[in-house]
Amino acid sequence: MTEIPVKIPAEPKSAPKAPPKHAPVPSARKDTLLYLDGVSRSFDGFKAINELSFVLMKGEMRAIIGPNGAGKTTMMDIITGKTRPDKGDVFFMGDVDLTKHDEPTIAQMGIGRKFQKPTVFETQTVADNLLLSLKGERRGIPALFYRSNKPDRQRIDEILEVIRLERRRNELAAFLSHGQKQWLEIGMLLAQDPKLLLVDEPVAGMTDAETEETARLLRDIAVDHSVVVVEHDMGFVRDLGVKVTCLHEGHVLSEGSLDHVSADPQVIEVYLGR
Amino acid sequence: MILGRFLAGGLKSPVILISMLVILGIGVLVPVLNLAVPPSSPFHVADHLVPLYGKYLCYGMAALALDLVWGYCGILSLGHGAFFALGGYAMGMHLMREIGTRGVYGDPILPDFMVFLNWKELPWFWYGFDSFLFACLMVMLVPGLLAFIFGWFAFRSRVTGVYLSIITQAMTYALLLAFFRNDMGFGGNNGLTDFKDVLGYDLQSGQVRSALFFLTAFFLALNLLIAAAITGSKYGKILRAVRDAEARTRFLGYRPENIKLFAWVVSAVMAGIAGALYVPQVGIINPGEFAPANSIEMVVWTAVGGRGTLVGPIGGAVLVNAAKSWFTGVLPEYWLFALGGLFILTTLFLPEGVAGLIRKAFGRRAKAPKGKDEETDQPVADATAGE
Ligand SMILES: Nc1ncnc2c1ncn2[C@@H]1O[C@H](COP(=O)(O)OP(=O)(O)O)[C@@H](O)[C@H]1O
Ligand SMILES: [Mg+2]
Repeated sequence: MTEIPVKIPAEPKSAPKAPPKHAPVPSARKDTLLYLDGVSRSFDGFKAINELSFVLMKGEMRAIIGPNGAGKTTMMDIITGKTRPDKGDVFFMGDVDLTKHDEPTIAQMGIGRKFQKPTVFETQTVADNLLLSLKGERRGIPALFYRSNKPDRQRIDEILEVIRLERRRNELAAFLSHGQKQWLEIGMLLAQDPKLLLVDEPVAGMTDAETEETARLLRDIAVDHSVVVVEHDMGFVRDLGVKVTCLHEGHVLSEGSLDHVSADPQVIEVYLGR
Repeated sequence: MILGRFLAGGLKSPVILISMLVILGIGVLVPVLNLAVPPSSPFHVADHLVPLYGKYLCYGMAALALDLVWGYCGILSLGHGAFFALGGYAMGMHLMREIGTRGVYGDPILPDFMVFLNWKELPWFWYGFDSFLFACLMVMLVPGLLAFIFGWFAFRSRVTGVYLSIITQAMTYALLLAFFRNDMGFGGNNGLTDFKDVLGYDLQSGQVRSALFFLTAFFLALNLLIAAAITGSKYGKILRAVRDAEARTRFLGYRPENIKLFAWVVSAVMAGIAGALYVPQVGIINPGEFAPANSIEMVVWTAVGGRGTLVGPIGGAVLVNAAKSWFTGVLPEYWLFALGGLFILTTLFLPEGVAGLIRKAFGRRAKAPKGKDEETDQPVADATAGE
């Protein structure tokens, strides 16, 4: 089990090397964690995802920006098995074809997801939300005989500390503030100990202080996890200090450092044209 | 051993322990007041009341079964009467075969209704029911298997909410129509009745009446313990997670269809046991038990008692049925209006039922989730520092 460092790393990890921008060749799939190529998906004729190609290397953290309706959430739906693409390749760890698996299988393979709208189990305690997320057994009948044990309790304590909710461990999740729910959901992601974390708009509706804390938390997590973060908040993306992909109309518009992307005339047009 | 540890988990809550003791106490007290206290005493329980109270306990068990899926898993079943009736029929079939040559037609093998229909042979699905143990097995197996098949398809196709409720209702209605037919081989319209004895003991005797009452109380207490152990375990937490955010649990790697299936089957088996204990006490089982209204009444008992509290629905079933007995005595035409009114009042003013009311009265109000508008929307730092 990987430890969660509580210290803030000096430098966020940068991508090992720039992946090919469009239509990567299959041999390039080997070292990738996530590999999307030529993916399309339409809803009633509307192309939510259009010939999307996207590559994430192992250990990388990536920010995805793009106007509302750009297809960011749909892309996560495709990766997690919620939505099937009409065409295109979606591979995890180089050779696992994600289009052939359903949500629970993909989750068990090590892809965790935080939703745009925080979804925690409101009628259960903060600690139980984490317990339910802890990596391990997922069948029902063995859970009848589950006994609380030290490693699990320690792990929950560690995560509570990381997400700053130690004092609220025995409160119902419903009583948390909006920001705290977002944090709890990130904690649930950590409990799963996934290989890849997909984080959809984590700071939407957060105060500035909370936003800063969240950037710190995600940078910590990125030290030993691969992460894809979708976010509108440019200040937050700058805080993350990672490579940025700008999505527009289901397609990659621009990719590179935040400065590079925000200087891209196409990106400027999309954002100003809104 | 591992099972013992599992069941001990059900006793974590003192409410469950006390309730079990109360139920078992009633199970002993009623027979004693019936058999040992002379009829002249004001404490004497009249003979006809013993099976009536026994019937209430069976209904309590059905409500408990329903609460396991409705309260903890969000499945509003409008067809639990079907599992209850199937358990009842399985027991009724055994009691029919025990009649033997004492039937009107005196056939040693065939029940009267088959002789009447001019059948020459026992249908294959009646084989084995001469054995009490086999019948007991079928009491659990038949409802369990139906629930398994139904749940397998329904949950896998992700049918939820109102649609699921409607197909459970359709299930019991289809069985109602099927069991009404004479050629189904279950006695048609009249069902199964005229039972003589069980395991060689006369069903009309006071001792058997009392024994059945005690057994009902015993199984009710046992099922309460099992339900409490299930809902109190980590599985129970998963079950509630599925109830509150089914889609979310999939992204944690759970398979909600399997999680729900287990509780659903256990619940059906419990309802089947309730039906099996009901039949020898009321002396008859007929297709009317499959009537959609019966299943809906179970929902009312559960709601009145307090959904999601296990103990509440048992009390709800007893209370509502006691009221029904009284009402049908004085104002028979108005019972359905009273029942409907009760349901509306409970839904509007007592969302947690009588159990919620009692909880409030004792000041042990569970921390129910508040409305969104009441949430404190403070920054993380402030909220934690302020404690
Ligand atoms: N299940 C769906 N059915 C119909 N349309 C959908 C569905 N999912 C997404 N869309 C549409 O696809 C487009 C992209 O949506 P989304 O991925 O949520 O955008 P973003 O997250 O970038 O704001 C939107 O126009 C949305 O209405
Ligand atoms: Mg979105």
